[in-house]
Amino acid sequence: MDDLQKLQELKAKYEAQVEKVLKKMPERKAEFATTSGIPVARVYTPLDMQDFDYIEKLGMPGQYPFTRAVQPTAYRGRYWTMRQYAGFGSAEETNERYHFLLKSGQTGLSVAFDLPTQIGYDSDHPLAQGEVGKVGVAIDSLWDIERLFQGIPLEQVSTSMTINSPCAVILAMYLAVAEKQGVPFDKLRGTVQNDILKEYPARGTYIFAPRPSMRLITDIFAYCTENVPQWNTISISGYHIREAGSTAVQEVAFTLANGIAYVEAAIQAGLKVDEFGPRLSFFFNSHLDFFEEIAKFRAARRLWAKIMKERFGAADPRSQMLRFHTQTAGCSLTAQQPLNNIMRTAYEALAAVLGGTQSLHTNSFDEALALPSELAVQVALRTQQVIAHETAVCDTVDPIAGSYFIENLTDQIEAKAQEYIDQIDKMGGAVAAIEKGFIQKEIADSAYRYQKEIESGERTIVGLNKFQVAEEEKPKDLLKVDPAVADRQIARLKELKSTRDNGAVQQALAELKTAAAGDANLMPPILKAVKALATLGEVCDTLRAVFGEYEAAAA
Amino acid sequence: MQEARKIRVLAAKPGLDGHDRGIKVICAALRDAGMEVIYTGLRQTPEQIVAAAIQEDVDVIAMSCLSGAHGYLFPRVMEILKNKNIEDVLVLGGGIIPDEDIPALKQAGIAEIFTPGTDTGDIIKYIRENVKKN
Repeated sequence: MDDLQKLQELKAKYEAQVEKVLKKMPERKAEFATTSGIPVARVYTPLDMQDFDYIEKLGMPGQYPFTRAVQPTAYRGRYWTMRQYAGFGSAEETNERYHFLLKSGQTGLSVAFDLPTQIGYDSDHPLAQGEVGKVGVAIDSLWDIERLFQGIPLEQVSTSMTINSPCAVILAMYLAVAEKQGVPFDKLRGTVQNDILKEYPARGTYIFAPRPSMRLITDIFAYCTENVPQWNTISISGYHIREAGSTAVQEVAFTLANGIAYVEAAIQAGLKVDEFGPRLSFFFNSHLDFFEEIAKFRAARRLWAKIMKERFGAADPRSQMLRFHTQTAGCSLTAQQPLNNIMRTAYEALAAVLGGTQSLHTNSFDEALALPSELAVQVALRTQQVIAHETAVCDTVDPIAGSYFIENLTDQIEAKAQEYIDQIDKMGGAVAAIEKGFIQKEIADSAYRYQKEIESGERTIVGLNKFQVAEEEKPKDLLKVDPAVADRQIARLKELKSTRDNGAVQQALAELKTAAAGDANLMPPILKAVKALATLGEVCDTLRAVFGEYEAAAA
Repeated sequence: MQEARKIRVLAAKPGLDGHDRGIKVICAALRDAGMEVIYTGLRQTPEQIVAAAIQEDVDVIAMSCLSGAHGYLFPRVMEILKNKNIEDVLVLGGGIIPDEDIPALKQAGIAEIFTPGTDTGDIIKYIRENVKKN
């Protein structure tokens, strides 16, 4: 008490001193705030932490509420998984990039699919024109997935796949490749994104409406719990919500609200929270507001642990742990002076590491211009390796804990995210909030506000609205997708359809249709269909015939 | 320059790309600048975009594509407009579009291409100065 009193006196003296200084030299801004609008004080002291209960708020690493880390030794045991999202053109070209990345020291694979694949169209569909192989690899059938993983023993890598609406189909294809390689399913490690709810407000690769989509998701939970026990069955993603323009607080809130919706759906489908809970994983953005980002990761961990324990009664600590992948913020990259993006990405990556990420993708400096070139990808991966091996930030667990500012921010982000979650609960949960357009509007408003801040000069982006150069040299050697890839995919589809047993395909699709109309788990009939060489488009069309398609309300 | 009638803009997302942050920001900025903006939503075919432009009687079509499919989709919209003898609509494109692709897009009739980092004020100014209808 004496100490606090002394501190109060000290602070009063400090305030008087500040007043004098301000008269001579005002501060840069009248008010300082994080990107989420949380006010940032001039200085934080123990006076800001008088109610701070260490055991309740932080505890020890690897213990509830996991604020400090999900794993007791964190990076002292093992660094995060360095996982670069990659895929373009054909399965062969992407397979070559994977071998390059694995040789460069990458420790996990992350598959980017092209848009037709993500929306369940084969490469010969009219809507696929111009898109085949562009933002990822084109996959039409088991043949393509086999080529994609050629020479990569699936029991030795962990594979993350960014696939949502047709997730069950791609996962089934992966399982079929494992079977061919002779790898038992319980040896497979990896993650499927499988997070449909963020597709409606943010990413856009939906096929079906939310409710049938939720069934496909819970079918995957149930199937994997029994058959692919090491697989992360969902990656509940705030990344794209943030890219679409949300603030850090909104990113946490909307992501965890979606998480709550998945847990509720799984429980309703008859699963037990501690059966599927340990396999839920998350995916966050790491943006430029350095301390806010670090605090965001810690707040998300604490909030999810509480939700799982208190709201859903999860008893297994693994169900309470929020494990997450991070990608640096694509939306923070500029096309102007693109080499500056290397520094942006490095700070964002450092925030993710200080926030305790389990795996990390660092963006390439040329991504505001084109798909990343090999050199740019290598620099991005090296950025992670420098943090891991040279900066020594990994040698103690959660090194920023106890910072008056960080703990204050962590508390505020948690509280503000909780307010949003309460508001979404009142609307009837995340699905209802999306159907009402609430989440879409919140994100769009934040995005517009951010843009206006840049245009008014209130927010400085180096090289964009300050420190510009008149004539700048753009990087050369941008990656170009071979335009012939679509023709090759279409030719391959023709070959597939003329050589496979079409009777078996029709039979398998008919069985799938029946299952979809009922309530059986859809994974077994989908697996059977892809093994019979049904295409992705055929399987998705079968489901479309039963579930219909989602149509977004016009804005 | 008379502005008896508000400038009408169709904001469109051709193809399968789901990145709509940029187009939504532009919709909001154009509306704040006094224009009437109709946003198509995601996944529009070039045929649907032209049909919407005719139905809404717009002065401007502003398309956004970040998936790399602009080389097919933007010129396809121009082709359909030409087939229908529509020449008084100002067509703009935006997104992640490499510099080297821009000449071909302009050749196809896209009036201007706006790439990342563009100030929305510049787009508003461009539209006001170049809109073809009275």
